[in-house]
Amino acid sequence: MLQIETSHEEKYALIVLKGEVDASNSVELDEAINGMVEDQNTHMLIDATDLNYISSAGLGVFMSYLEDFQEKSIRFVIFGLNDKVLHVFHILGLDQLIKLKPDKVAALQELYEA
Amino acid sequence: MKHRLTLYCDKSQLADLRNFLSGVLKDKPISDTTKFEVILAVEEVCANLIIHSHGCNSKDKITLQVQEIDDKLIFEIKDSGKSFNLLEYQAPLLGDVIREKRKGGLGIMLVKKIMDKIEFESNGKDNTCRLIKIMDSK
Repeated sequence: MLQIETSHEEKYALIVLKGEVDASNSVELDEAINGMVEDQNTHMLIDATDLNYISSAGLGVFMSYLEDFQEKSIRFVIFGLNDKVLHVFHILGLDQLIKLKPDKVAALQELYEA
Repeated sequence: MKHRLTLYCDKSQLADLRNFLSGVLKDKPISDTTKFEVILAVEEVCANLIIHSHGCNSKDKITLQVQEIDDKLIFEIKDSGKSFNLLEYQAPLLGDVIREKRKGGLGIMLVKKIMDKIEFESNGKDNTCRLIKIMDSK
């Protein structure tokens, strides 16, 4: 079960993920990120505080946008990953490719640092 | 102990698979992180079979059997679809995954990093994939 909430704050776009991302619903995550990219957001935050599980299908969605983010100079930060989910990013070394921060304050700092 | 689960080849079954595995692993002497990893690895193999070998045809099924032998947890996954030998599968490089914007390829990488041993057998009709985790390994 995955719930996705998207919103546009003054300076950034926010996607809140709650539940579990697997092969049955990763397309929903894909659509949410794609929508944010198409809306020409340049600063994007993913709140993963209540994300309890992610399989490769979900990780693959993030990976498939990295090139777009670079080409379009989109700053993208995921925050609030619990230890187990964070561990999955570590196993594949994705923490080296995607900015991961413990909380929203740190994520916003990362988003707006020079 | 021996636990068995039959899954229909529908992606909605993956959540049921995770629930089943959580129950089976509940009292095993491994850390919560290892349980999480092992559930992920078994799901990756099953998702692969459901999607790629069976084209999400919910009339097809795969069976999972979990056994504990000595210090090993053995997950045996059987199906009769197009055989997929993950031992022969060359996982893509992360750089290629990014460049080609491909959404797949990471699952098998995870399975190989998480499990201690992987075995595969096929007689051309029935395929068996065995994932082995040694309980004190991590």
